[in-house]
Amino acid sequence: MIDTMSRNESCCQASKARGAAAIVAYKPRFDVWEDDNEVTLLGDLPGVLPEDLEIRYQDQQLTISGKVPPRHEQGMLRLSEYGVGDFQRSFTLADTIDPDQISADLKNGVLTLHLPKKEEVKSRRITVQA
Amino acid sequence: MVGSRWQAFGLTTPDWSRLQNEVEKAFERFGRTPFGLSQGTYPALNLWEEEHQLHVEAELPGLELEDLEIYVNNDNQLTIKGQRKQPELPQGLWHRQERGYGSFSRTLELPTLVDPANVTASFKHGILHITLPKKEAVKPRRIEVKAE
Repeated sequence: MIDTMSRNESCCQASKARGAAAIVAYKPRFDVWEDDNEVTLLGDLPGVLPEDLEIRYQDQQLTISGKVPPRHEQGMLRLSEYGVGDFQRSFTLADTIDPDQISADLKNGVLTLHLPKKEEVKSRRITVQA
Repeated sequence: MVGSRWQAFGLTTPDWSRLQNEVEKAFERFGRTPFGLSQGTYPALNLWEEEHQLHVEAELPGLELEDLEIYVNNDNQLTIKGQRKQPELPQGLWHRQERGYGSFSRTLELPTLVDPANVTASFKHGILHITLPKKEAVKPRRIEVKAE
């Protein structure tokens, strides 16, 4: 149904793993869930404000990018277990998704994307007549 | 630098990028650990020190401040406890589950003594920020040098 693919993604993953300074963007973690009516994407985007989030859809490719400004500049860093930076991730959607009906909601750093299926592909229950 | 080279490969040979994608998927499976199993290491923390206070920050998307418990023990230990609940989805199926759920607890030894009565915490857009004022005793003091 949905497959992740993005050359960018692999490259970012690599630079994050190596702790490289020139990080393009972090790859946010996503849950993908599907029912009869829609595909739902839940993604962790901590620190992203709704106005700094961009969701683009083109050629069945859904790209989510979030800008994260640096959060602290003063003082001395004594412990650094995670990096702060922009997020980006792409998903390739099946052509059963109706791109005009995609809706998004960002709350407490979690992005919920609803990707409704086109009417004609929604599964219907067939009534069996006795 | 490494990143951009990888990207260049991907652009010219699509099969290579597909392979990378597969490898990445395999690693992702390893990478995903429920909070319950990784007790003590979640959440990842950043800590920085200013003259009069310490700041501790954690990324906790999907939580609310009321889902969190924050303790300071012995003036130098910070404990963060919480729980992230899995959304209940009635029917359907999961294609991917990369995000962790469950309870977590983490205790961190602080680099200086802090004043537990004046610790404050804020939680915005999935980021927990704790400000811990240093104890008066450990704040830097300017020593007056008297000229003889």
